[in-house]
Amino acid sequence: MNGSKPKKVYFYGTCLVDLFFPDAGMAGIQLLREAGVEVVFPEGQTCCGQPAFNCGYWEEAREVARTQVALFPQDLPVVLPSGSCAGMMKVHYPELFHGQPDEAKVRAFSARVYELTQFLVDVLDVKLKDLGEPVKVTWHSSCHAVRDLGLKGEPQALIGQLAHVELAPLTREHECCGFGGTFSVRQPEISAAMSCDKAADAEATGASVVLSTDGGCLLNVNGTLEAKNSKLKVQHVAEFLWERTRAR
Amino acid sequence: MHAETEVHFRDAAAKALLDPQLRANFRRAMDGLITKRKAQFPDPRDLQDLRDLSTAIRSRSLLNLPELLEQFEANCTKNGIKVHWAETCEQANELILGIMQAKGAKTLVKGKSMVSEEMHLNAFLESKGIEALESDLGEYIIQLDGETPSHIIMPAIHKNKDQIARQFSQKIKDAKYTEDVDELTAMARKVLRQKFLDADAGLSGVNFAVAETGTLCLVENEGNGRMSTHVPPLHIAVMGLEKVVARLEDVAPLYAILTRSATGQAVSTYFNMITGPRGAGEKDGPQEVHLVILDNGRSRIYADPQLRATLRCIRCGACMNHCPVYTRVGGHAYEAVYPGPIGKILTPQMEGVGVRHDLIHGSSLCGACGEVCPVEIPIPEILVRLRREATHEDLGSTVAGKGTGRTATEDWAWRLWAGVTKRPVLYRIATWFATRFGKALPAGAPLIKNWTQSRTKPVPARRSLSERMRAEGGPHA
Repeated sequence: MNGSKPKKVYFYGTCLVDLFFPDAGMAGIQLLREAGVEVVFPEGQTCCGQPAFNCGYWEEAREVARTQVALFPQDLPVVLPSGSCAGMMKVHYPELFHGQPDEAKVRAFSARVYELTQFLVDVLDVKLKDLGEPVKVTWHSSCHAVRDLGLKGEPQALIGQLAHVELAPLTREHECCGFGGTFSVRQPEISAAMSCDKAADAEATGASVVLSTDGGCLLNVNGTLEAKNSKLKVQHVAEFLWERTRAR
Repeated sequence: MHAETEVHFRDAAAKALLDPQLRANFRRAMDGLITKRKAQFPDPRDLQDLRDLSTAIRSRSLLNLPELLEQFEANCTKNGIKVHWAETCEQANELILGIMQAKGAKTLVKGKSMVSEEMHLNAFLESKGIEALESDLGEYIIQLDGETPSHIIMPAIHKNKDQIARQFSQKIKDAKYTEDVDELTAMARKVLRQKFLDADAGLSGVNFAVAETGTLCLVENEGNGRMSTHVPPLHIAVMGLEKVVARLEDVAPLYAILTRSATGQAVSTYFNMITGPRGAGEKDGPQEVHLVILDNGRSRIYADPQLRATLRCIRCGACMNHCPVYTRVGGHAYEAVYPGPIGKILTPQMEGVGVRHDLIHGSSLCGACGEVCPVEIPIPEILVRLRREATHEDLGSTVAGKGTGRTATEDWAWRLWAGVTKRPVLYRIATWFATRFGKALPAGAPLIKNWTQSRTKPVPARRSLSERMRAEGGPHA
């Protein structure tokens, strides 16, 4: 991109956003458009293949990954509202396709992948204007966004731009919420213990919303909070940012 | 077989989770260790430099492992240390028994050694009429209770001082009940002192084995390691064959990162370098030093370039301290000698990926272990690799039990998943049904049932993102 801001990007919705958080997906697209970027949303998006990859079913993961890579033929950035799926496509696809005939093609694709907040901060350098009421929020950092993808506080930097938003940190921000994809159903008791601790940690901050980059974490924490009738809500960071910066 | 053990980990973990005292003990202890380690590495760049250096040393050592082991053996022999090789734990146990019997030794006082735990040495020796006493305070505490270590560095970390006070008052002769830590320590010390003086033999592990000098390095905090290796007339050391490093200068960075990562100490209270038996005119030290070098699957792990990284481990336990699973269930739930993240990759490689299928899946792959590991073992990647090995026989590897964790149900499920997910039309139909009828799925359905044990059922949105984008008719490709 030679330092200049791209005029056009691809958007990859991810299966969890597609099915459970479409508002977050729409918000991500709007944030990009607001920054002056044309958004292409290719049809035929399904899943990045991470569940099969993590369970050791690499043949199946590759079959699916190939169909997804094929949806993004032009040399444009691919932006995802998920640290986990972006991590899969950016970091684990090269691993998954190591030694395969299409390895070079997949590597070229992986090099174009960005998590949404990373793209908004590092590439587009967006400036947000807060139009919302004062609110206190807390932040859960998705393990894969931080550890696979190497996010260095980009989402917090965006939240920090909002004048009327107070960000109350979790005591154990970097501890896993217990989702882990199939982990949550293979080890339900351990997963529940982790989720309950995360929910309690979030409640203790006194915030009214828990934000995250990842649908998996949000589903998990939300389910746990709902089960204990908590007043605390969860929201995808894209949806939160879009709502705050939009005039009503 | 794997189905049986899989139930074990889930059950053992679920049981542990119901024990509030155990959970509180672990949470408090691990939080303390995390804080102490952090204080030792105020500058992330310094930490990364030391990690890079340590990883390079361990990788280089492993790359030249066969040559280094030969050099190490030759130099040990030159120093008067008798070197023995054991392919299996049984062989190692027999070797130790033989060494002791040749000297007429009946009692053994032990410094801390995870390899001896791996060999189940104590039980073996007891079956042969030999008393083996643990002299590390934590090991001594759990031995009194007939338990195994729940952490590789802090074996009794699952107990608090009240529990230990109760136990000492019941199990140590003439002991009175006290919760004073100094008094409790003094009680154990009194017992152990006499044992050090009386023992026929002492046993230790090895933290670093230096090839160029034939030196055994031992890291410890209590002085019991020095007592075990210097007071009795016979010293037997045991080590895994991966412990060797090329040069003496390799030890300093590894030692620096080991103690900082493990307990947050800049140095340990004791650091012993053993180069042979008592020399002419020397006032202390054993008359004989033996070294047993154990394989137990390590050469098989070594043969695989990716899995070889497992052997870089310097046994600091930082991965356990930072693991959200370990912190909640404790070490015993793993039903393995090495618990926590490193145990999840080491144990299945030693015992077979099918037999310990449960451990490979007992991780959310959050990556905290890989992030903290001082020698950068990619534990999450190796876990995923082992999940592949467990379900595929045809990967051409030497992994023990490859393919034996495969089940028809799981196979079928992933094929179905790929079948739908690689066909956008089928996927679209599936999501259409999910958005319209997802709400109607019973909370008690398989898998959903596991999720809803502690959470409400996730409800799909009324219209998917793809549907909305299609309706928008915006700029699609």
